[in-house]
Amino acid sequence: MDVKMINPFINATLNVLETMASTKSEAEKPYLKKDTVAQGDVSGVVGFTGETNGTVSVTFDESCILKIVSNMFGEEMKEINNEISDAVGELTNMISGQARKELSEIGKVFQGAIPTVITGKSHKLESMTKGPKIAIPFKTEFGNFTIEVSMEG
Amino acid sequence: MDLKMKVLVVDDFATMRRILRNILKQIGFTNISEADDGKTALKELKKKKFDLILCDWNMPEMSGIDLLKEIKSDDELKSIPFVMVTAEAQKDNIVEAVKAGVSNYIVKPFTAETVSEKLKKVFGG
Repeated sequence: MDVKMINPFINATLNVLETMASTKSEAEKPYLKKDTVAQGDVSGVVGFTGETNGTVSVTFDESCILKIVSNMFGEEMKEINNEISDAVGELTNMISGQARKELSEIGKVFQGAIPTVITGKSHKLESMTKGPKIAIPFKTEFGNFTIEVSMEG
Repeated sequence: MDLKMKVLVVDDFATMRRILRNILKQIGFTNISEADDGKTALKELKKKKFDLILCDWNMPEMSGIDLLKEIKSDDELKSIPFVMVTAEAQKDNIVEAVKAGVSNYIVKPFTAETVSEKLKKVFGG
């Protein structure tokens, strides 16, 4: 997978969390992911179609997402519940939208779908996309999260 | 801008409705209602008079762009300012919304200042 296709997802993630949740995050070195176990406690997943088919997922540690959503709402969130799941869905939607915007600027046009959210310790994320999966870990002062991008072809 | 105007926030994600409600309250709006998709919004619009619609694009049942087109073809509703608030930021989306008669376009993610500025542009200060 071309790095040009991955950078928009990193940029979108940094921008969405900083703008909506006043959370600065730092991207670490991307790696090729081989297993289907998510590295966290709550994940948002969304597919996209167009130039090729793909999926992007965002998986947060519990402590990290609780603080991020607390910042978004301006009130303290204490447990993973429906409000947290909904917020992860919306964050995933925004990351997908921003990344697709940047990709469209280099001539790669995609349409996005409506995200789904999975919760549970070390849950499994089975990608429907037949292609390599790149994981990018992120660090914040509240904990960690990972995005995974998979594209066919 | 009359802060007592009736605002309808339409988004399938409760998170976004909550964030927009918080921002609108911060600006000074006091009369805010919500709907979770285009169809529900249309029912609300037929029941009650609104002065402003803030609406997402991607929603199940009826999307924001379909709601916008429906409103613009309805003589009773077509004068209500319609602001699209969406993660769909590609040029084609914006062009389609402008052609359909959108009053302004807010791209997610956004700050409270962006919402305030865009609304001032719609209502002229």
